[in-house]
Amino acid sequence: MTLRREDERLLRGRGHFVDDVNRPGQLWLRVVRASVAHARLLAVDTTAARALPGVHAALSAADLPDLPSIPLRLGPFEEDLAPFLQPPLARDRVRYVGEPVAVVCAEDPYLAEDAAERVRVEYDELDPVLDARTGAADGAPALRDGHGNECSTLRRGYGDVEAAFARAADVISLELHVGRHSAVPLETRGVVAEHDPGEDRFTVWGMTKVPHFNRGILAAALGVPPERVSVRRADAGGGFGARGELYPEDVLVPFLARRAGRPVKWIEDRAEHLVACNHSREQLHRIEAAFDDEHALLALRDELWHDNGAYLRTHGVVVAELTLAMLPGPYRVPAYAGVAHVVLTNKTPCGTYRAPGRFEGTFARERLLDAAAGRLGVDPLDLRRRNLLRPDELPHERPLPVLGHDMVIDVGDVPGLLERTLEAADFETWREEAAAARAAGRPVGCGIGVFMEKSGGGEFEAAGVSVSEAGEVAVRSGAASLGQGIETTLAAVAAEVLGLEQSAVSVRVGDTDLVAHGVGSWASRSTVMAGGAVRLAAEATADQARRVAAALLEADPADLRLRDGRVEVAGSPGRGVALGEVAAACDPVSSARRGDPPGLGAERTFAGAPMTYPYGIHLAQVEIDPETGGVQVRRYFVGYEVGRAITRALVEGQLRGGAAQGVGGALLEEFRYGDSGQPLAASFMDYLLPTAAEMPPVGTLIREDAPSPGNPLGAKGAGEGGVTGAGAALAGAVDDALGVHGGVRRTPMSPERLHALLADRPREPAGAAADARNR
Amino acid sequence: MSDVHLIRVVVNGEPREAAVEARRTLADVLRHDLGYTGTHVGCEHGICGACTVLVDGAPTRACLMFGVQADDCEIETVEGLADGDELNALQEAFSAHHGLQCGFCTPGFLMLATALLRENPSPSDAEIRDAMASNLCRCTGYQGILEAVRAAADGR
Repeated sequence: MTLRREDERLLRGRGHFVDDVNRPGQLWLRVVRASVAHARLLAVDTTAARALPGVHAALSAADLPDLPSIPLRLGPFEEDLAPFLQPPLARDRVRYVGEPVAVVCAEDPYLAEDAAERVRVEYDELDPVLDARTGAADGAPALRDGHGNECSTLRRGYGDVEAAFARAADVISLELHVGRHSAVPLETRGVVAEHDPGEDRFTVWGMTKVPHFNRGILAAALGVPPERVSVRRADAGGGFGARGELYPEDVLVPFLARRAGRPVKWIEDRAEHLVACNHSREQLHRIEAAFDDEHALLALRDELWHDNGAYLRTHGVVVAELTLAMLPGPYRVPAYAGVAHVVLTNKTPCGTYRAPGRFEGTFARERLLDAAAGRLGVDPLDLRRRNLLRPDELPHERPLPVLGHDMVIDVGDVPGLLERTLEAADFETWREEAAAARAAGRPVGCGIGVFMEKSGGGEFEAAGVSVSEAGEVAVRSGAASLGQGIETTLAAVAAEVLGLEQSAVSVRVGDTDLVAHGVGSWASRSTVMAGGAVRLAAEATADQARRVAAALLEADPADLRLRDGRVEVAGSPGRGVALGEVAAACDPVSSARRGDPPGLGAERTFAGAPMTYPYGIHLAQVEIDPETGGVQVRRYFVGYEVGRAITRALVEGQLRGGAAQGVGGALLEEFRYGDSGQPLAASFMDYLLPTAAEMPPVGTLIREDAPSPGNPLGAKGAGEGGVTGAGAALAGAVDDALGVHGGVRRTPMSPERLHALLADRPREPAGAAADARNR
Repeated sequence: MSDVHLIRVVVNGEPREAAVEARRTLADVLRHDLGYTGTHVGCEHGICGACTVLVDGAPTRACLMFGVQADDCEIETVEGLADGDELNALQEAFSAHHGLQCGFCTPGFLMLATALLRENPSPSDAEIRDAMASNLCRCTGYQGILEAVRAAADGR
């Protein structure tokens, strides 16, 4: 018996990933990508490619009818963003290295790659925009004729910020830069598409995340009704926000399958992935805080420049919006003003990555608090204790809309979680160790990141439950399996309601033919939304089972209980009937007599659940190598409030895995660009993912003290809190090791950047007296 | 392409033949010519290790080796680990310690750990960490993987 129902197939190599899908007669597609960052596209010559034996097609935008640009998935947004959306193939102009300019289809992937190299593209190069702040300024080269590069300016806030700053006892300001990095799942993307010309029907594999949405957009682009597109389930080698959004290739592959009259397969290679799949995170913040003379926050002000790359993709400007809305986090912030400049630059376009806007905003806010603690001469922990929202201040409303909805922080006790986490990690001992190491001349330090997350909420999710005559329970839902273990979680929810072992429940997700309507898996929503829908469907199934069994047993339905795969009369366990027999009694004829649809089971939609706000604490202890500037993470701990953990081991796995991605983003991973806009992180030798050598064991404290009142499980999503506070905690730890408060201004904290910080640090650490007092 | 070579390999104890281009990687031969799709390709430049298989007992990046170089070799892949219906001890340990999430890197880690434990049946924690640092996992943070290899080594 495996821990998760997904494990057995994956451990045997029997998973069903998109590159495992092969269709008879398939062609392989290769994308020809722009080799320059910004240019007018003068000509695309595919003659030599088409001349190669075994090449079926080589096409540029000029050869294709006007395929619509990839639309937004999320919204509403305040401004018209249509001019900034990405066409599936570049026409007239290229705006980033990696932008699709042509496609080639051939009998074999090696041949397709040969042919792609024969496509000649003629460019008239233009000056690239590679920095958001200067790119937004007058006089910067324009990515689009008739539009500035700042495609959207978002303003959020409340309270009288000017007055607060005017009467502040202390004002602390910082300029901070969050580096460009992203999800980089271990499986690259891929699409396989097949077209049935007789029925003009498409079947597509590989779009795992929001299958129903993608089906709708794809159908519109292909000019068929949505029912004629089926998105099939595939295992996915990690999602983290980036996989499964609708990308140019997702439209091109089915389009070419119809045109070629043969199935078409495209598997992204890693070099492509690093320039083609959504980037994320890069922001510049100018943030400042006003404090009164008792160190209470009076106001926060933030102006940020969000470098979105060359186009807006499906997420629109939601990352910038989330950054602004979540920036005050779990603190009492009486007045707040945030401005986000979303700027388009000649880099790979951006989307969401696990904890979008929260990783960035938490880094900015917590850096500011660390700097303030140094300036005010207080312990960074005490400054946070002083300003965290107390349980008696909840629910706490903030007029900071995201996708049109204001924030309502429902329930919780962040100060309580802080104390429990410090105790569970034994943080005082961490600090003593670090102080002793520093006294011995070794730069060791401790840092903390306190944060608010968000999960679930919005839209709906659908699920169905059905029971076979053999008593097997099948669950289906609109969620998607991305490696997070959703099949196990949904089985647990159904099994609990139906009184079964989890092993008696099978789960299928990710296929548009399973449920008529569905949404998908992102924003830590699947346990809340799909779990909620499964619970409703299972409860309806249980009601039906009691009703039908009552007639079979000549008992009152109210006296019946579901237990061990049987429906039994409470108090007389011998009197009962197997669930399978109840299902058999729901044959179409008997069901029709009862006025029921045939079969034992139900389909339900869960909608209208409010957003939930999990929250957490990250703690880090690091040591810096003074020679190399390398950072070793010695200790790491995450405390997280999830409302309810359906399967504890899986929540812990989410937190540990998230922390590793946080370590990557904070210390190692960065999409850097050269002066001409050439990407410098084009392989795993330059884009550095953490390995087992970089990751310490991650301790966790998972609390269920504040179940969400807004959904039937009480769950808050667990998918993102493992990463949210990592940049903040690690930066704090590096500061502490160096004896500078708010010294780290930029992620990733690469050896070269730390080397510079090491060289700059004062011989006697700044605030040494305060250091001795407070640590 | 006329540059086709007939190769003979033994995969998980079974003799197999394939006609392959000289430039075709062993990973593609295993996956697409011979149907062993449990071996995954994550980077095609030898960093991630998702394609790790054992070639004559040695852990090998199947993306960095050509199929023709494997002619006459004995190859072990993830499909050969389980004993019929029973997962082997290492596979069981990966599940019990939550050493996998999406499962994409898992075959590579399983083969890497198989080779480690054959060569060094009682590795220290540092030796396990050092060996497992050859491959990349994006989901687990590695802790479950290290614990699983420890447990398999200890016969737990």
